[in-house]
Amino acid sequence: MTLLRDGKGRQKAPLTPWKKKSAKERKALPGIASLDGRWGYPAIAPFFLIFLIFGVAPVIYSIYIAFFKWDPLGESEFNGINNFIFLFQDSDFWIALRNTFSIWALSTFPQMVIAISLAAILRNKRLKGKSFWRTILLVPNITSIIAITIVFQQLFGRDYGLINGLLGLIPGVDHIDFIEGVIPSHVQIATMITWRWVGYNTLIFLASMLAIPDELYESASVDGATKWQQFKYVTLPSLKNTITFVLIVGTIGGLQVFAEPQQLNAEGGSTKQFLTLTLFLYNQAFLNNKYGYAAAIGIAITFIVLIISAINFFITRKLAGEGSR
Amino acid sequence: MKRNIPKWQKTSKLHYLMLGLITFLSIFPFYWMFIVSSNTDAEISKSPPSLVPGPRFLEVANKVLNAEGVYFSQALINTFIVGLAVAVAQVIFSAIAGFAFAKLHFKGRQFSILFVVATMMLPSQLGIVPLFIMANKLHLVNTLYALIVPALVTAFGVFWMRQIIDAQVPNEILEAATIDGASVPRVFWSVVLPSIRQSSFVLGLFAFLASWNDYLWPTIVLQSPERFTLQVALTQLKPLYGLDYSLQMGGAFLATAPLLILFIFVGRRLVSGVMDGAVKG
Repeated sequence: MTLLRDGKGRQKAPLTPWKKKSAKERKALPGIASLDGRWGYPAIAPFFLIFLIFGVAPVIYSIYIAFFKWDPLGESEFNGINNFIFLFQDSDFWIALRNTFSIWALSTFPQMVIAISLAAILRNKRLKGKSFWRTILLVPNITSIIAITIVFQQLFGRDYGLINGLLGLIPGVDHIDFIEGVIPSHVQIATMITWRWVGYNTLIFLASMLAIPDELYESASVDGATKWQQFKYVTLPSLKNTITFVLIVGTIGGLQVFAEPQQLNAEGGSTKQFLTLTLFLYNQAFLNNKYGYAAAIGIAITFIVLIISAINFFITRKLAGEGSR
Repeated sequence: MKRNIPKWQKTSKLHYLMLGLITFLSIFPFYWMFIVSSNTDAEISKSPPSLVPGPRFLEVANKVLNAEGVYFSQALINTFIVGLAVAVAQVIFSAIAGFAFAKLHFKGRQFSILFVVATMMLPSQLGIVPLFIMANKLHLVNTLYALIVPALVTAFGVFWMRQIIDAQVPNEILEAATIDGASVPRVFWSVVLPSIRQSSFVLGLFAFLASWNDYLWPTIVLQSPERFTLQVALTQLKPLYGLDYSLQMGGAFLATAPLLILFIFVGRRLVSGVMDGAVKG
C-alpha cells in the first residue's frame, strides 16, 4: 500500500524493524493500518465533547451575544451592530488599544533580543553548567503571577522602590513615577512580562538553534566568517519559523495582559494610562454588567490577533526569503 | 585526548558574566519577597534598604495565615485540589485523543486536528463572558468545579500529546503488538502509555502550573473568600493604607514557595518539555 502511495517507486525496507523512520517516510503512512481505525471515534469523543461545550460553544455564543444589549439581571434586546459602532466611538477602546500595543512592543522586542542572544550563548557545546543555566532560566516562568506583580510593584515604587533608589544614584535623574507616567507605567508592566517570559523564549530559541548542524558553523568559520557574521548568516536565517512562532504566541499573550495592570489599579490608572484591552473587557462585563458590549470587545481582540498574526507571518517570510535561499 | 577547540566553539568570560547576571535577575525577586516580609517597614524604606533577611518572617507568616476574612491555608488547599484534578484529567483525555490522532486511521481525522489547532489561535478572553453565563446556568459559580470542568481538556494538550506519540512511539512496536492479537485499547494501555510516561508527567506539570497561576477566570467565577484560590486570596492582602508591603510580600512568598520546592525536583524535566515542544528549524 505504501509502495503505491509513495509514487516514486522506491520504498526502502528498514534494515531493522526498530529503526526510526525519517519524517518523510512516516508521512506516507498516517496511522497504522493494522490498528482498527474505528476505535478513533470513541477515543476522541470524551475530549471533543468537553472541548465543544467549554471551548467552542462559548466562542459561538459570544458572537451571538455581541449583537444584543445583554443585561444579566434585566431584559436582553437585539441591538444589531450597535455594540460595534459604540466600540469604535468609545475613546476607552482606543486608549486600551494604544496601551496594549505599547506594552506589547516594550515587552516583545527586548525579549526577542535577549532571548536570541542568550540562546546563542547557551548553544555552545563547551559551555560549563549547561543544564544549570537552562533550569534557572525557567524559574521566573513558574512563578505565581500575582506574587510577581506584588514584588515588582514594590520594586518600582515611587518613593522607596529599589529601582528608583538605584536611579537616584545617577546624578541629575529624578525619581520616576512608574504608575502615573504613561510610558513609565508601560515599562513597569512590560518588565514584569519580560521577566516572566524571556527565559522560556530562550529555551524555545535554543531548541531551534540546536537543530542547526555544526558543520554550517564549522565551514563558515573555515571561510573566515566572524562570530557576528556566523550569527547573521547561519543562525538568524534558520530561526525564521521560531521567530514567527514566538511573535504570534507573544501577540496572543500580549493581548491578554490583565493581572498586572489590574493589580496596579483596577481602573487601569487615574487617566486610564495602563488600561489594557482585556482589563477593559473585564470591567465592562463584570463591573458594568454590559455582557453584549464585552463580547464585542472580545471579538475585536480576536480580529486584532488574527491580523497581527498574518502580518507577522508574511513579514518573517519575506525577511527570511531575502536573507538566505 | 587533548585537542584544540575550534574557534567557533570558544566561550568567553563575557558569556559567563551575562549568564550570571540573568541568574541574579531571575532569582532576586524571590529573595526580595523574603527580605521585605522579614524586615520592618522602616528597614525597607530607608536608603539604601536592608538587603539581608530580618527576624520578622514567622510573625508576618502568622499574620498572613490568620488575616481577617482571608482564608489563606484554605486557598492553598483549593489551589492544590484544582491543579491536581486539572492535571490528571488533561493527561488522560489528551493521551487518549492524542493517540487516536497520531496512530489511528479514521475518517475526519485530518479535519478534526486542523480544527483543534485552529482554535489555539483564538484568545481565551473571547469566550469568557459566555463561559460565565454557562457556569451560572449550570450552578457552578462560586464552586471549585467552575475552575476544573472547563479546564479538563485543552487544544494544546491534545496537540502536544499527538506530537509526542507520533515521535516517541514507533509504528513497528504497535504493529508487532497487534500481530500478537492485542486489541486497540490493550495496545494503548500496555504499549503506548508506558512509552509516554515521562511526557505525560511533563504535560501534567504544565497543566498544574497553569492552573496554579491562573487569575482571570478564578477572580470572575469565585465569590466567597473560603473558595478563593491563592492568586485571588493574595489580592486581598493589599495594604489598605501606607506602604507596608510586608503582609502581601509574605503572602506572595508563601504562595510561591510550594512551586519553587516543586521546581527543584522537576525543573530539568520542565526544561526538556519546553524544548521538545518547540518548533525546530
